[in-house]
Amino acid sequence: MTTLRVESLRKTFTAQRGAVRAVEDVSFTVEDARFFTLLGPSGCGKTTTLRCIAGLERPEAGTIRLDDDVLSGDGRFVPTHARDIGMVFQSYAIWPHMTVFENVAFPLRVSEHPPSRAETRRLVAEALVLVGLEGLEERPAPQLSGGQQQRLALARALVRKPKLLLLDEPLSNLDAKLRQRMRIELRELQRRLGITTVYVTHDQGEALFLSHRVAVMQNGRIVQEGRPRDLYASPASAFVADFVGDATFLPGEVVEGGVRALGGIVRCALSEALTPGAKALLVMRPERVLVRSAPAGLVNEFAGTLRVAAFLGDHLDCIVDVVGTELRARAHPTAELRREQRVWVELPPEHCLAIPDDGWRPRALARTFDDDET
Amino acid sequence: MAATTVGRRAGMRIPAWRAEIVVAGGAALFLAYLTVVPLAMLLLGAVSASGSALDFQFTTRYLERVVTDQASLELLANSLIYAGGAAALAFALGTAAAWAVERTNIPARSLWYGLALVPLIVPGIVHTVAWLFLLSPEIGWINAPLKTFFGFSLSVYSLPGMIWIEGLHTAPLAFVLMSAAFRAMDPSLEEAAAASRADAWKTFRRVTLPLLLPSVASVLLILFVRALEGFEVPAIIGVPGRIFVYTSRIYLSLKLYPPSFGLAAAYGLVLLAISIVGLVLHRRATRHAERYATVTGKGYRPRRLQLGRFRYVALGALGLYAFLAVVLPFLVLIYASLVRVYSVPSLESLRELTLSNYSFILEDELTRTAVFNSLILGLASATVVVAVTAVIAWITVRTRLPGRGALDFLAFVPITIPGIVLGISLIWVYFTIPIRIYGTLWILLVAYVTRYLPYGIRGTTSALVQIHRELEEAAGAAGARWWATFRYILIPLLRPALVGVWIYVFIISLRELGAGVLLYSSQSVVLAVRIFDLRDSGNYTSIAALSVFLIIVLVTLVSVLQRIGGRTIREA
Ligand SMILES: Nc1ncnc2c1ncn2[C@@H]1O[C@H](COP(=O)(O)OP(=O)(O)OP(=O)(O)O)[C@@H](O)[C@H]1O
Ligand SMILES: [Mg+2]
Repeated sequence: MTTLRVESLRKTFTAQRGAVRAVEDVSFTVEDARFFTLLGPSGCGKTTTLRCIAGLERPEAGTIRLDDDVLSGDGRFVPTHARDIGMVFQSYAIWPHMTVFENVAFPLRVSEHPPSRAETRRLVAEALVLVGLEGLEERPAPQLSGGQQQRLALARALVRKPKLLLLDEPLSNLDAKLRQRMRIELRELQRRLGITTVYVTHDQGEALFLSHRVAVMQNGRIVQEGRPRDLYASPASAFVADFVGDATFLPGEVVEGGVRALGGIVRCALSEALTPGAKALLVMRPERVLVRSAPAGLVNEFAGTLRVAAFLGDHLDCIVDVVGTELRARAHPTAELRREQRVWVELPPEHCLAIPDDGWRPRALARTFDDDET
Repeated sequence: MAATTVGRRAGMRIPAWRAEIVVAGGAALFLAYLTVVPLAMLLLGAVSASGSALDFQFTTRYLERVVTDQASLELLANSLIYAGGAAALAFALGTAAAWAVERTNIPARSLWYGLALVPLIVPGIVHTVAWLFLLSPEIGWINAPLKTFFGFSLSVYSLPGMIWIEGLHTAPLAFVLMSAAFRAMDPSLEEAAAASRADAWKTFRRVTLPLLLPSVASVLLILFVRALEGFEVPAIIGVPGRIFVYTSRIYLSLKLYPPSFGLAAAYGLVLLAISIVGLVLHRRATRHAERYATVTGKGYRPRRLQLGRFRYVALGALGLYAFLAVVLPFLVLIYASLVRVYSVPSLESLRELTLSNYSFILEDELTRTAVFNSLILGLASATVVVAVTAVIAWITVRTRLPGRGALDFLAFVPITIPGIVLGISLIWVYFTIPIRIYGTLWILLVAYVTRYLPYGIRGTTSALVQIHRELEEAAGAAGARWWATFRYILIPLLRPALVGVWIYVFIISLRELGAGVLLYSSQSVVLAVRIFDLRDSGNYTSIAALSVFLIIVLVTLVSVLQRIGGRTIREA
């Protein structure tokens, strides 16, 4: 049983141009055997949080507890080497002057009570089997491929059976195909070993695929935490909605039973915070927006012009212009749709999410066309 | 791991950052002692009215003299002409060779890199003495036939003579630096110009030249400062020819009667100032160069100019240079080492070849002492420099201690201190403070370590920067304490670079003359100084023998050490 508790963590860097608040009041708990992911854009403080857990950074405030041990806080700071962790670095940090075997055996050899030679051999072999690198023991580490190095880093992190596994963007240096495969393996491995894991990534697909729970970070803070499906279905802010999945944002004024947008009223469920007159943002997931070439006479149906219908294999990526607002949608790949033709979009009310408008907007149209990886 | 062990182990350990502060503080004190103290003493010495820097009775007598005296103006003019001329000559020769080797299809390209190393290994004093044999007015190999057939001779004891000898010797440095500059330049930049319809000349003028300009400036400045600091040519050629520059003047201030330590310090201060200006300008030039970012670490394959028939003309020119800079000096030294009295070679002199010069130096007690001392000093200074700079580099690269930049700076300061100025500064230091090491090997060790710190810090820092910090952090995350991380991760990864720095410092310490010439005694004589001394007693043929011996030892050492170093690199 291992539980990681992080409370009110804070870390500031003093750089040349003033202080950088890298982590600000971050708290979360990772229950036993859970896969927990810190997700966020570049520079939001994910790595810093992970490094605080590993003891590679010294937080200014907050406590980090592994079960009943205080790793950091309350005036104590356990150095990295005394923490019962395994860590995979973004660069893998495979020691180039050692063989595969030596790399994996290192954590055993430097431990307080090094196991016997035979035992070391057995444990290393076990770890290598775990990641599918058996038989490569004597290979010099630099001769491994990218994917193999990644597995080696994982074997090294697991070999002394740590309580906690820390992973910093371990898949980001791999090519797209390999990344797909490795994330399946990683998920399998974690579920099988039941090791408590903290994972850092900026790839929402990875986060959703791998995790039991995900925390989305923005500017050093956790802005929302929850199960992947909850984050996706009910993001608390436009930032989260945008970062976890694709969305079109429709700003508008709240009216009775819906939001005024697209030249009419979009019917949707409203939370208590959204009283008539308030500013709201409608979050529309493209795959929930239906496109037809003829009207079906349903609620939330709007006429528009098809601007883009790009074939992406398993679907058509569409942009529909509804009274000057560009709405993203997906259509079946066999649908007979032509550019500039008149279409009707349906926004099913149960999939229309209205959130308070905090003024945040995605950066320009940058995300409109980069829907390739997930 | 049980809960209690985590807590106990954590409680017992000194926090790592406190150990860091102790080590960094120690390093700062050490560096300050090696660099700040001598410079402060030099300053005090230049204005001290009595023989001790700490009497605090000041005079501006010496400073006035070095700034206003008529002879001092001549000194300044001589120094600038000599250093500027030598730099220009070395640059012209080196750049032409670098361009030919890097950018044309000249044959035997790798051979030239190997040959360029030789003058860098041969001590300046050996090269100078060899050219004295070649250009000596009456009996030099070159002058004797000129005199016989054309009735005139080239005067070696002149500014042009000095410039020629120094320029010829430092040209390989220009070659090495400029070929690196040529190689670092992305040829696609030139190709892009060509694709924009610029012809060859326009491409050169608008693209190649501006891109190379920062390198040109920085190489010229390095060569200038080096010539300015050099002691060998000014002492051996300049002094007999009554052409004085700062380095020889400092030496003479102490060696002529009555010696004036104050005057020497004042001259040292001026030389230091010029050298600092030169290096500050150099730094600006290179900082500028980084903006161009022509180096991307890719191995470029530049288009080579097809020389056609001129291929062999270029080859001949390079060959001639190699002959003058390497082969001819070596031949004349061998010849001189085998005769009783140096003269123009003739049937007679060839009949009387003898090994007596070699037996003289082998039996000479002082020469033996010099060999022994040089080796001891080489080993010790290389080891100390590598150890100290590795620690400093680690602090500046890996820690976030405030003031770590100052450490790096302190270790770099000695690059501005000419060897002979360091010598006079150390005399002042150890005449003033009650550590009685003047005249022992210790003061030479202090001088050598100070002088080579910049090379060490440059080598170790760039090596450490290339080692991803996550490699160390991964060891910590694997449960290794700092010692295990240091021992099993850092040292093995750094080893090739450390070995390289060690070899470099060892070799240059065997050639050192300037820093030692004011500090030695008969107990602490070293090789280059021994040659210098033999010259004072007019024993030129023995010098030749010792020089040949020294060249052979150095070239052998370098090739052996490079092989060892190369193997370590391959192992890693
Ligand atoms: N050693 C440091 N010194 C100064 N600032 C730092 C340091 N490390 C991180 N920062 C700053 O702290 C902030 C958070 O950095 P962090 O590395 O945690 O981001 P990240 O979320 O991991 O981003 P990425 O996805 O790019 O890895 C950034 O603004 C970064 O510039
Ligand atoms: Mg990061």
